[in-house]
Amino acid sequence: MSKITGSQAIVKCLHEEGIDTIFGFPGGAVIDLYDELLDSDIKHVLVRHEQGAVHAADGYARATGKVGVALLTSGPGATNGVTAIATAYMDSIPIVVFTGQVPRVLIGNDAFQEVDIVGITRPCTKHNYLVSDPKELVSTIREAFYLAASGRPGPVLIDLPKDVVASMMSFPEKKPIKMQTYQPTMEPHPGQIAKACKSCLKAKRPVLYIGGGVILSNANKELTELAEKLNTPVTMTLMGLGGFPGTNPLSLGMLGMHGSYASNMAVAKSDLLIAVGARFDDRVTGRLDAFAPHAEIIHVDIDPTSISKNVDVDIPIVADCKHALRAMNSWFDDSKQFDAETTRDKHQPWVNQVQEWNEKHPLTYREEGDIIKPQYVIEVLNRLTKGDAIITTEVGQNQMWAAQFYKFNKPRRLLTSGGLGTMGYGLPAAIGAKLAFPEATVIDVAGDGSIQMNIQELATARQYGAKVKVAILNNNYLGMVRQWQELFYNKRYSATIMEVTPDFVELARAYGAVGLRAKTKDEVEPVIKEALATDNLVIMDFAISREEGVFPMVPAGKATTEMLLV
Amino acid sequence: MKHTLSVLLQNKPGALSRVTGLFSGRGFNIESLCVAETLDPKVSCMTLVTRGDNSIVEQITKQLHKLIDVIKVTDITEGEFVEREMVLIRVKAEANTRAEVLRIIDIFRGKVVDVSPTTYTVEITGPESKVKAVIDILRPIGIKEIIRTGTIAMARAPKK
Repeated sequence: MSKITGSQAIVKCLHEEGIDTIFGFPGGAVIDLYDELLDSDIKHVLVRHEQGAVHAADGYARATGKVGVALLTSGPGATNGVTAIATAYMDSIPIVVFTGQVPRVLIGNDAFQEVDIVGITRPCTKHNYLVSDPKELVSTIREAFYLAASGRPGPVLIDLPKDVVASMMSFPEKKPIKMQTYQPTMEPHPGQIAKACKSCLKAKRPVLYIGGGVILSNANKELTELAEKLNTPVTMTLMGLGGFPGTNPLSLGMLGMHGSYASNMAVAKSDLLIAVGARFDDRVTGRLDAFAPHAEIIHVDIDPTSISKNVDVDIPIVADCKHALRAMNSWFDDSKQFDAETTRDKHQPWVNQVQEWNEKHPLTYREEGDIIKPQYVIEVLNRLTKGDAIITTEVGQNQMWAAQFYKFNKPRRLLTSGGLGTMGYGLPAAIGAKLAFPEATVIDVAGDGSIQMNIQELATARQYGAKVKVAILNNNYLGMVRQWQELFYNKRYSATIMEVTPDFVELARAYGAVGLRAKTKDEVEPVIKEALATDNLVIMDFAISREEGVFPMVPAGKATTEMLLV
Repeated sequence: MKHTLSVLLQNKPGALSRVTGLFSGRGFNIESLCVAETLDPKVSCMTLVTRGDNSIVEQITKQLHKLIDVIKVTDITEGEFVEREMVLIRVKAEANTRAEVLRIIDIFRGKVVDVSPTTYTVEITGPESKVKAVIDILRPIGIKEIIRTGTIAMARAPKK
């Protein structure tokens, strides 16, 4: 068999995996691979900071469901990517990150731009590799892509010593990957499914609590079928938004710390909680002993470690969400015990009760004359994009307002750093999503604080024609921390006042983008309309009411029924 | 409660560090850890002693199993098992105590493996309780140094 270089082998592997776009930043350790990329048809997107590369790959992966790929050089290139790798890890996003490494003989010598990135990323990757033998390069890459995308997805890192990439090797034919030590359980146990379904029939006050797993396994159709079949209200985690249509009458929106009143009340009063692809995060449960205290709990998750980690589960189902939901739907379809009409009638009083809660305390805000309310900005964005844009967010108040007031009807429309809460995620993720779907409207909902964490990526967006729209909800504060300080620290605003922020309209201009500003409520709609109609990268700067808070709010450590309302 | 876990894992660089990193990262404790190659040189066996209630040990077992390099995790405390630990003890052995030390070692079926004018170095093997007993008895005489291997354990073979 003829031999090829490591660089050629890597490019062939990318082709094999159907990768057409990668995000990266070159350096000495990966210069051979970059040389090879010049002759390949793989589109390389040159970011301005490595964190942006990995976030962009992550945004690409969340929007498409495919594996995102980033390429970084050794040392600082690799360490700059770590925050973004941890972001993907916490949200179970399939990405493969290639990092350069010094030649094998120099490893451990404190060589120039050397860092033990495999050691550094061990706790924030699903798995990682140092390729120490050229013969293992191809099989390692194939295994990495398989691991990233299968089971509970996650980031996989491959560290590539420079001399390994430069050496000659054969390119073996691809065979199905079988790993002795890794066999995720896809199919649910039929006995557990029957048990779960029987519980659903017994329940009077059931609630479906769904998370990112529903989106990752593309189970939204099966989930909607189940919810409607059982006439059961659905509440979503931040990661689960879009897994069930936000405008469906059974949707309660988000639950937890900033969840809707109806969501938190429904969970607290439920007698059956059906958790699907969610992990009982502390931002969802609040005080654990007060979370769903009367409910029997069914938990569907592909990762056994998620089950009974925080909350004791009565009926665990280890499986892919899609497979498990499909099995539940078929069980009901085939069962003589199940009658759609009876079930609907039986649950109707509960559904009415939940809707009553929703009418009593809907997600809302107080108007204040001319002043721009951030929630209003999101409502207008929702209306003008017909709820069908891809929304990325930064982290903090902007993220919560977007989650509360944009009605996500489809999966993969909200790209947000849920688990790690990474400020600076939104803009590079938006670029990744826009390059995957050039025709889609992609909006980064940002705050004036977090947008500055990766604002350099405006240049990347311009260079590759990623015409995303950035909506900055500008309050000259680090708003979420300020809100906590207002409520729990006696209004002592320590380090949350942004005394200096750039003029974002001028800044847009400096990057060759379009800058628009709204200072009053009347100007919001025209600005958004203009932004959407503009065929360019646009920054919208909304001067919002400065001390607006995110409500409802469950103070950390309190029961989720102890909500501070508007 | 004390649990002894037997973990089969791939004998690869970094595999051990994935296990120890998991324990430190998630706040689990390790009382002792012993690892060496099995008959198959590609596979290592690790005996790991940890402490926690059932839900913690369940979580530890699941998390270990989730590591890609881990092949099998068995909580051998769940059934009958044999455990052994070896300890090397350097104990003061001067004219007035030399005979007594030898008698004690004999009772515990230990061996003297090194002798100096003022010390004996002895080797004792047994379950953790025996090792503890011997240390408690020798302590008043004067232990100068002690090295323990940590526990290794194996489930008992089925009797039928």
